[in-house]
Amino acid sequence: MSGPLLEIKDLTISFGGLVAVDGVDLSVNRGEIVGLIGPNGAGKTTVFNCISRFYEPHHGTIRFKERDITRARSHQIIRFGIARTFQNVELCRSMTTLENLLVGQHVVVHGGVIRDGLRLRGAGADEARATMRADETIELLGLAGYRDRVVSALPFRIQKLVELGRALVSKPDLLLLDEPTAGADSRESQALADLIRRMRDRFDLSVLVVEHDMSFVMGLCDRLYVLDFGRRIAAGTPAQVRTDPVVIEAYLGEPEREVSDA
Amino acid sequence: MGVRWLRRGGRAAAPYGLALAAVLVIPPLLVIIPGVAPGYVLYLVSLALIYAIVAIGLGILVGHTGQISLGHAGFFAIGAYTSALLTLRLGLPFVVALVVAASLSAAIGFLLGLPALRLSGPYLAVATLGFGLAIPQLVVWQGSWTGGSSGLHGLPPASLPLGALTIVFRTDQDYYYLAAAVLILLTIFARNVVTSHTGRAFVAIRDSEIAARAMGVDLVRYKTTAFALSALYAGIAGSLYAHVLHGISPEDFTVLLSVDFLTMVVLGGLGSVGGALSGALLLTFLQNALTRLPVVHDFKNLYIVVLGAILILTIAFLPHGLAGVVRSVRQRWAARVRAGAPRGDQIVELGEGSAVR
Repeated sequence: MSGPLLEIKDLTISFGGLVAVDGVDLSVNRGEIVGLIGPNGAGKTTVFNCISRFYEPHHGTIRFKERDITRARSHQIIRFGIARTFQNVELCRSMTTLENLLVGQHVVVHGGVIRDGLRLRGAGADEARATMRADETIELLGLAGYRDRVVSALPFRIQKLVELGRALVSKPDLLLLDEPTAGADSRESQALADLIRRMRDRFDLSVLVVEHDMSFVMGLCDRLYVLDFGRRIAAGTPAQVRTDPVVIEAYLGEPEREVSDA
Repeated sequence: MGVRWLRRGGRAAAPYGLALAAVLVIPPLLVIIPGVAPGYVLYLVSLALIYAIVAIGLGILVGHTGQISLGHAGFFAIGAYTSALLTLRLGLPFVVALVVAASLSAAIGFLLGLPALRLSGPYLAVATLGFGLAIPQLVVWQGSWTGGSSGLHGLPPASLPLGALTIVFRTDQDYYYLAAAVLILLTIFARNVVTSHTGRAFVAIRDSEIAARAMGVDLVRYKTTAFALSALYAGIAGSLYAHVLHGISPEDFTVLLSVDFLTMVVLGGLGSVGGALSGALLLTFLQNALTRLPVVHDFKNLYIVVLGAILILTIAFLPHGLAGVVRSVRQRWAARVRAGAPRGDQIVELGEGSAVR
C-alpha cells in the first residue's frame, strides 16, 4: 500500500460551544512511532476517542489502510487493526492479568454461545491457543509474576502494562497509547520507550502515542504533532518541534494555562 | 438500587458439585425417615431444582453480565403457559412443547435485551419489573384460551421418546429425575459458557463497557445474548414447572417470584453458577419450612419479610454470597496448610477473585 497507514483530515469536534479539536490533519506511516503532544486540554485524548469511535466527529475523515472508518462502530475498530490503551486504565477489574489478555483476543478467538456452551469441536483448542498467545505477551512484558492476580489489586504502573499487553495481544497494525508513562519514574519510562521500540520492530507495528513526558517523546518518536486548544500548531521531527517558537510559547508562554484541566 | 454490588462478582471455584451431590443424596435419605411423606419431599426438591434452573440463567445475566432483571417470573410464565397450552389444547408431545416454550421465551428475552442497550441500573430494573408485572395480566386478559385467573389444569403426563422406548413421567419421583437431569445438563452448559470466550465478553461488559467496546465486544450482540440465554433457562424451567404441578395459574408468577429468583442469585453469590444453584435450593426449602412453623401460622407473608431481610443482610455482609463464603473458608484453610507461604499474597487474594470461574 502506498498511502499512510492512518490518515486524518480536517478532524473537528465540539462539545457544547467548546471546539475541542479544530481541523486537525494527522498521519501515521507504516512502522512509524508518532507522538501527539500539547498542554492539558489541548484535545489529544479527544483525537484518540475519535479514532476509536467513542466520539462522533462533526467534520473530517479518518482513513485507515485507505478505508474510511469515520462512521464505523466502536467495537469494529480493533478488528480493522487499531488497538488502544486509556489514560486512566480501562481494565476488566475483576479479572486476572491472564483473563484480561484473553479478553484482548476477543476478535481473534471465534465462537458463539452455543459453540461455547456445548464445547463444540475446536472450542477447546481455540482456548488453548489464546492462552498460549496471552502467555507469550505476559512473558514479553515481564508480567509473569502477576499472571493470575486480579488486576484491581495491582499497582497502577503494572495495570498500565497489563493494558498495553491487552492491546498488543490482538495483533494490531496500529497501537494508540494514551500516556503510557503515567505512574512510571524516569528510569521506568526509559525502559518503556525501549520496549515500545522493540515491539514496533518485532510485530511490525506503528504507534501513535499521546504523552506529557517531553523527554520520553523526544527520545522515542520519529515525528511529533503539537496540539494547543484543539489546533495543530506544529508538526515535524522532535528536533524541529523542540526549537519551534510557537511550541515554546504554547508550553512556557502562559503558565496559568497549565491549571486548566484536560 | 445501586449497581455497585452487581459488579462484585467473585471467583466461584464453586460449591456447585457439592450442592448437586447433596440434592441427589438427601432425597433418598429423607424417604427413609418415618413420618415424612416421600412423594412430597421429592416434589419439593423437584420444585427447588426447577427454580435453580431459573437462578442459573438469571445468574449469567445479573452476576456475569451485570444487567439486572426484576421480571424473570415473566419468562418463567411464558415457558409454563406455552408448554401447558401446546400439550393441553393442541395435544403436542411434551418434548415439542418444551422446545417451543424455551425458544419463545428466548426470543422475547432477546427483545427485552434491546432496551437494556440504553438503560442501566435502576432504569433497567423498572423496565424489567414492568415486563414481569404485565405477563400475568396478559394471561388473565386472554382468559378464553389461557384459562384466565383460574388457570390451566389437568396437563397430560410428560413423556420422552427415546428411540423405540418412550418414558412417561407419572410419579413425583419420575419428575424429580427429569428435573435433576435437565438441571445437570443446563448447569454444565452454563459453566461452559461462563468459562469461555462468550462468558469473558459478558464479564468484560460488567466490568467496563468502554473496555469491552475497545476490545471488539459488540454490546448489542452480547447484551441481547445474555438476556435471551437467561430467558431460555427460565422458559425451560417454566415448562417443567407446569408439568410437575400438572397445572398452573397466574398467581404462580407474581413479581414476588421475580424477587425470589433475584434473591437466590444474590444469596448464592453473583457471578457463580454453583452459588445460584445453592441459593435456589436454600430459599425453596426455607420458604417451605416457614409456612410450616406453627407459631406464625396466621402470618402468611412471613416469607416475604424474611426474604427482604436475607437480601439486605447478604448485600451488606456477604457481597459474594454463599460462593464467597465457601471460597474464603477454602483459602483460609489452604493458607493454614501452606503455613510456610508468605502471608501477604493471601491477604490480597482473600475476597478478591476472578470473575470467570
